[in-house]
Amino acid sequence: MSGIPDRPPFRLAGLLLTWEVILAALLVAVFVLNSLATPYFLDTYNLADATWNFSEKAIIALPMALLILTREIDLSVGAMAALSAMAAGLAAAAGMPAPVLVAAGLGTGLVCGMVNGLLVTRVGVPSIVVTIGTMSLFRGVALVTLGDGALTSFPPGFTALGQSYLIAWPPLPLSFVIFLGLAAIFTLVLHRTATGRRLTAIGANPTAALFSGIEVARMRFWLFAITGLLSGLAGVLLAARFGVVRPNAALGWELDVITTVIFGGVAIAGGAGSIPGVVLSVFVLGFATFGLSLLNVPGIVITVLLGLLLIVSIAAPILIRQMVRAR
Amino acid sequence: MSWLLRHREAALAILIALMIAGVAAYAPAFATPGSLLGVLDDTAFLFMLAVGQTMVLLTRGIDLSVAANLALTGMLVALVGQYGPDLPGPVYLVLAGIIGACLGLVMGGLIGGLGIPPIVVSLGALAIYRGMIVVIGGGDQVNASEMGISFQSFAQAKLVGLSSPVWIAVLVALAAHVFLTRTQTGRALYAVGGNPVAARYCGVSRERVEVLVYTLSGAIAGACGYLWVARYGVAYSEIASGYELTVIAACVIGGVSIGGGVGSVPGAVLGALFLGVVVNALPTMQVSPFWQMGIAGAVILLAVVLNARAEARHGKLILPEARAQ
Amino acid sequence: MDTASPALTVHGVTKRFPGVTALDAVSFGLWPGTVTALVGENGAGKSTIVKILTGIYQPDDGHLTIGGARTAIASPRDAWRHGIAAIHQETVMFDELSVAENVFMGHMPGGRLIDRNAMMDRTAALLDRIDADFTARTRLKSLSVAQRHMVEVARALSHDARVVIMDEPTAALSRHEIGELFTLVERLRAEGRAILFISHKFDEIFRISDRWVCLRDGKMAGEGMTADVTEADLVRLMVGRPVDQVFPKRRIALGGTVLSVEGLSNATEFADITFDLRQGEILGFYGLVGAGRSEAMQCLFGLSMPTRGTVRRSGRPVTIRRPADAIAAGLAYVPEDRQHQGAALSLGIRENVTLAALASFVRGLFLSTPREREATRMLGERLDVRAATWETAVGTLSGGNQQKVVIAKWLATRPGIIILDEPTKGIDVGSKSAVHDFIGELAEEGLAVILVTSELPEAMGLSDRLMVMHEGRIVARFERGDWSAEAIVAAATGAATVTAA
Repeated sequence: MSGIPDRPPFRLAGLLLTWEVILAALLVAVFVLNSLATPYFLDTYNLADATWNFSEKAIIALPMALLILTREIDLSVGAMAALSAMAAGLAAAAGMPAPVLVAAGLGTGLVCGMVNGLLVTRVGVPSIVVTIGTMSLFRGVALVTLGDGALTSFPPGFTALGQSYLIAWPPLPLSFVIFLGLAAIFTLVLHRTATGRRLTAIGANPTAALFSGIEVARMRFWLFAITGLLSGLAGVLLAARFGVVRPNAALGWELDVITTVIFGGVAIAGGAGSIPGVVLSVFVLGFATFGLSLLNVPGIVITVLLGLLLIVSIAAPILIRQMVRAR
Repeated sequence: MSWLLRHREAALAILIALMIAGVAAYAPAFATPGSLLGVLDDTAFLFMLAVGQTMVLLTRGIDLSVAANLALTGMLVALVGQYGPDLPGPVYLVLAGIIGACLGLVMGGLIGGLGIPPIVVSLGALAIYRGMIVVIGGGDQVNASEMGISFQSFAQAKLVGLSSPVWIAVLVALAAHVFLTRTQTGRALYAVGGNPVAARYCGVSRERVEVLVYTLSGAIAGACGYLWVARYGVAYSEIASGYELTVIAACVIGGVSIGGGVGSVPGAVLGALFLGVVVNALPTMQVSPFWQMGIAGAVILLAVVLNARAEARHGKLILPEARAQ
Repeated sequence: MDTASPALTVHGVTKRFPGVTALDAVSFGLWPGTVTALVGENGAGKSTIVKILTGIYQPDDGHLTIGGARTAIASPRDAWRHGIAAIHQETVMFDELSVAENVFMGHMPGGRLIDRNAMMDRTAALLDRIDADFTARTRLKSLSVAQRHMVEVARALSHDARVVIMDEPTAALSRHEIGELFTLVERLRAEGRAILFISHKFDEIFRISDRWVCLRDGKMAGEGMTADVTEADLVRLMVGRPVDQVFPKRRIALGGTVLSVEGLSNATEFADITFDLRQGEILGFYGLVGAGRSEAMQCLFGLSMPTRGTVRRSGRPVTIRRPADAIAAGLAYVPEDRQHQGAALSLGIRENVTLAALASFVRGLFLSTPREREATRMLGERLDVRAATWETAVGTLSGGNQQKVVIAKWLATRPGIIILDEPTKGIDVGSKSAVHDFIGELAEEGLAVILVTSELPEAMGLSDRLMVMHEGRIVARFERGDWSAEAIVAAATGAATVTAA
């Protein structure tokens, strides 16, 4: 017997048709079209500023990608970010220093995430139902605490986190650098470690994963906890950027984040997806939005376009496949 | 206790009655007929939307676009009312139903025809429909004075103490109940959600059922859009923002399973009524309206946790002594 | 009754899928009042034929005639209209609906509104005809597997089906229930219906069928009267070569006791499971389906918690709360339900093979792909897995090859004890003997094997000792050479508990 090859032979067409390559091509197209449309787009400071607007949500997209990969979802991320921002604001109102503010925000997010994780893994309620409930609960707590008021007094050491560049040149905002660092860690964990392989297996077949000795419930619990922690981080960065916290902070973020993850090629049915795809999706959506806003396209129109993009990006491959089969 | 867990509708009805009694003990004004009818008036939209969502959930689907559909259809008919002739109210109602059905049909086509997951389609549709309100309305709102007299009077009319949206909600709920329990297609919804493979072998077309439920859910949302705009006298892009989650919450409280195949119209209606009573009781009890959202969240979690305990799986009965019990 | 002309004829039907011809010019007839057995290895095209007859697939070539007229079956609904009803492998039904609704789903009486009274009455009449012990209003979820089969039969009768297809109807039934099913089949035959009976079990085929049709690799391998054929003939036709039905039992010197289980019990499924297992031994667990064998093994493997009982591994007491503990103690469990519990079908062979032993492929922080490939190649070749590459998705492999991948996954954990739960269920005759050989090899290498099986020849051919379970308890223990088929079956059906007590 000649033996079975380790992997299928390399085919260029196969590589070119991967979702990541298509996203990269889209990213190039976004840059080319935008710089043709307006001279302001390719300005370094403008581009750096653009990253302020999407880095916070992008940070949440990373754990959300892992959740969706393992057949779960978290609709409470926006509410957790708001509650964490509020916790930081309350600590500031009590006169605490900046590190305590950050710790208060992160801790709040972590606790919220653990509540989600417990309800999903211990009580066995579907995560979409749990997080619809906790989304109202967390946001409700923020509403009860703040009412129609706002927290506005933050120490400068804290607001600097959300308003200053890490280094002068190239002008990289701190939140963007945090996102890039986390993206690198998530890429390595998902695609190179045993933990990542186990997560993929849970998404592909949870029962077989359980029978193979994988701690399915424990891993899912920690994914929810990490999603809470990073939502808390996003909330802290948001509070620092605006220097003000209202109970409606980060409203509707969950939909933006989920859109980003699905557009990044993570299968909603679980078991397939890559972090590089999600990162590319963040860039395509983020810079497209920024370019359109430079052209004075209203934000709401951009929302329509993003909604269309989401549906088309899923529908197009299916339609193409059907047409190929019909031929 | 276990009987109550098995008969969720009865349990929920008892719970609602207890709650009303409890609130009335603090604030007797709450239990007056006028006040209770007011609760129904306020909850009419939730009744209708929960009924529509129940049909979608039964097929293992989810429709997150209902509130956006409501707002977009509301804006469209308000513009017709503003620039067109002052037509009788029922004409607007039918028109809104048709517009909403078309918006739902598009989603049904993508879900049933192309097999795209419902959560993706309805998330996308949510963004698109909300954005289109601004694009079409030019970012302006349509006010009561611009809508026309018969446009508004129909939705604000009262019959035997109840406003027309409540009566329409009753009709929608009755029709949906008969549809789900007494028609071939209605039972097919349970089949498709309960066991999609078996449904196919029985000659039930999953595609057609899906197109149908999203269209129906859209029609109900559209009709609510007209009634909402006419009742509150304003159409703008943010009306009913986030309401889709309240609707799903009502269904979940009413025992409709997100996993498909389980649920009923009476359950969904009681779930909606439960949320309606909670929301309306808060001001009477001098609780700040800011508590509303948190309490709704806590109630949803409590409902699903109790539900999960009732459905907890037991081992197989193999031992003779276990089977004898 | 006109038995001269067939109720349904398949004329030269061909069905192609990308890269494979599933059916190649297949022709046969089904006669009224006749049970026709359809036999063939897995992948021979049996299920494709069923899907064409029930309107799920359309033939690429050839056609069907029903009652002499050429007919196209465009959809499942069309199949009913032409009087063809199928009773499926896994009973496909609606738990939340009533028996009557299950029977009439898709064709309920009445017009726009369902005529519920008529539906209940007609269902009651159908249930009466087949002596069912439940009512039309019963919710399906409270019925047993056998009762669900009766609902399916009632469903077929409700269409007044002229052709009834039974796709492995006995797979999940106990011996007693199989007897009841056969009474039902005989009744359908007496009523003049044509029955297509698909089964892997030869005793059933010879007991119930009048004619047989054999497929091999999508082609007709033969057909004829059951009375004129022997088991050996059919096996030869199925595999295209004679298969040695004798199990070559190897003689192995047994080592020390590696596992002692004492009094393992849980609340409702099994009680007082006590046994020892020695190195190099194959310990059989025989019983009817639903005797509690899988449940006891899954508890031993940490998938459920016992209420009582102790487990010792080579003399040391161990506590197993989760599968990871069991793996750490050197146990491996190859589950019965390959598709749901065994393999991650969308992942590749390599990702499946290394899944239970991932920690051993980690170098530093990361997984070592070369090491994974090396192990996959080694185990895959040893088990003779057939695939295009080692990255091929497991879902695209045949049932036998999927099973080999699952076994490879467990061998990668280097276990001392391997529990095989119905390892040859639903795999073809050729792969079966390969698996049997392999089980012998494992024992020879010093593994201790627990073999859970419902097939008596397999249990008797491979086991050194045999535990027989009935209603959640071990009711009899046999040593090799000190047993008879009659005694084992008597114990499994509960006859022996009476004499023992």
